[in-house]
Amino acid sequence: MRTRGYFQPLSWFTGVGYLFLYLPICVLIAFSFNTSRFSVVWQEFTLEWYVKLIQDPLVLDALKNSVIVAVVAMILSTIIGTLTAYGLYRHRFRGKTVFDGILFLPIVTPEIVVGISLVIFFVLIHFNLGLKTIIIAHVAFDIPFVMLIVRARLQGMDRSLEEAAMDLGADEWTTFFKVTIPQLLPGIVAAALLAFTLSFDDFVITFFVAGVGSTTLPLKIYSMVRLGVSPKINALSALIVFFSISLITLADRFQRRGS
Amino acid sequence: MEQAKLRIRILKFFNRHGNVKAFGILSPCIFWIGVFFLLPLVLMGVYSFLERGLYGGVTWIFTWENYTRFVNPLYLKILLRTFRISFLTTVILLIIGYPMAYRIARADKRWRNILLFLVVLPFWTSDLIRTYAWMLILRDTGLLNNLFQSLHLISKPLTLLYTEAAILMGLAYVYLPFMVLPLYASIEKLDLTLLEAAEDLGATPFWRFLKVTVPLTKSGILAGSLLVFIPSVGAFVVPDLLGGAKAMMIGNLVQLQFGPARNWPFGSSASFILMTVVLFAVFAYLKFAGGKEALEEAR
Repeated sequence: MRTRGYFQPLSWFTGVGYLFLYLPICVLIAFSFNTSRFSVVWQEFTLEWYVKLIQDPLVLDALKNSVIVAVVAMILSTIIGTLTAYGLYRHRFRGKTVFDGILFLPIVTPEIVVGISLVIFFVLIHFNLGLKTIIIAHVAFDIPFVMLIVRARLQGMDRSLEEAAMDLGADEWTTFFKVTIPQLLPGIVAAALLAFTLSFDDFVITFFVAGVGSTTLPLKIYSMVRLGVSPKINALSALIVFFSISLITLADRFQRRGS
Repeated sequence: MEQAKLRIRILKFFNRHGNVKAFGILSPCIFWIGVFFLLPLVLMGVYSFLERGLYGGVTWIFTWENYTRFVNPLYLKILLRTFRISFLTTVILLIIGYPMAYRIARADKRWRNILLFLVVLPFWTSDLIRTYAWMLILRDTGLLNNLFQSLHLISKPLTLLYTEAAILMGLAYVYLPFMVLPLYASIEKLDLTLLEAAEDLGATPFWRFLKVTVPLTKSGILAGSLLVFIPSVGAFVVPDLLGGAKAMMIGNLVQLQFGPARNWPFGSSASFILMTVVLFAVFAYLKFAGGKEALEEAR
């Protein structure tokens, strides 16, 4: 494409757009290292807030809960989501379009609607709110994402390998585990990492389905924010953002691999 | 041995029935989404027609009251504000997102993936944290007020936080990726020879954009608008942290009813209205934007 006169302003505009996306995160990270407790005026570099953070038993407890929830939700949703993607890819059946549409629903439904409808459900069947209910909710919203990512991978897959395996006498399950899964693995790993991140970061749905004593990190941050801005929140937030970004970058690597 | 036999029997059974086989492999998903997503939604719908109980529960008596309450100016205002803010967010993001998507689509192949990745990255990080970051910037003793004061532009801090403008800013910030991605997808596919043809025929850049580029990227524009409008209508974190009590949106009303106000049926009806708006937007989109392919593309 020829470079035209209006191209440079466009580049500038886009640059500002990226600044808009990343500046607030940078501000947050910068001030997590600032000595000053109340003001955002830069004073001096310190690791004080990070030290205070890892000494806070409530934060560590929330971290433990978050990891438990995210790991279990990741495992369950990856298995179910992968099976679903495979089933939809392999089989034609009546009502497939409807099924597709229903899987799309959890993605477009506002989180707050999912949260309150689940709390109604759990209270009605007398299921105590706690880590279990958080996990159940997270698996439900993770499944469609896993399904989409694995499905994209399936569609780009070379089908002849599966056919060759079947021709050589492998049954469907053997083919699935020995041929399909290894080929899909990068996509599955990427989906798992994203499911973990979504679950680890979720606030709104967790807010409703969490019970007493099942505080996760986002819930902890929210309750801290309610008490006012503090450098400790900045430190905790900076750590979580760093962690999420690492996982997503890793997931992206896997997703690109071999495709 | 027994197990192997059983497996063969199960497989034989499923092999005989195509649909049953599909059902077998899809059943975990059907169970989970059915029981922990669809069923609760239906329950919420039912609750929205019940009377509130004494301590936060419900009394199983049918009533329209939870819906008729929205005629009350107090609640009507919240509904209208929600739609106004969501609409404005969509428009603002079209204006910001289109040039960005266009520039990314025209970038070097090498750069394109990195630029796209940088747009997607914030989507996967916590909304709560990204919204909180704006509190640091917008509050009375925040970064912006500090900056303005040290430049002697203002003498007293401006009220930036807890305003509708702050909500707009926050929503635009959080949902920018949703706008850029579908726009990018449709702009990238744009046939450049058509633009050159328009140029050869004497069209100015402005008219080329309006008469060629925009119509050809309509699917991206619609998909992006939908993907921004829907979560904006249902937003909770952004209006809660940046809007405060004075600028409530539907999401905050729902939370209030399920939290301190303890009126679950009323909260359910607000939530049901939210869901209806979302579904309506999706159907309208499917009808006008040429169906499912565009939706797949948007994802």
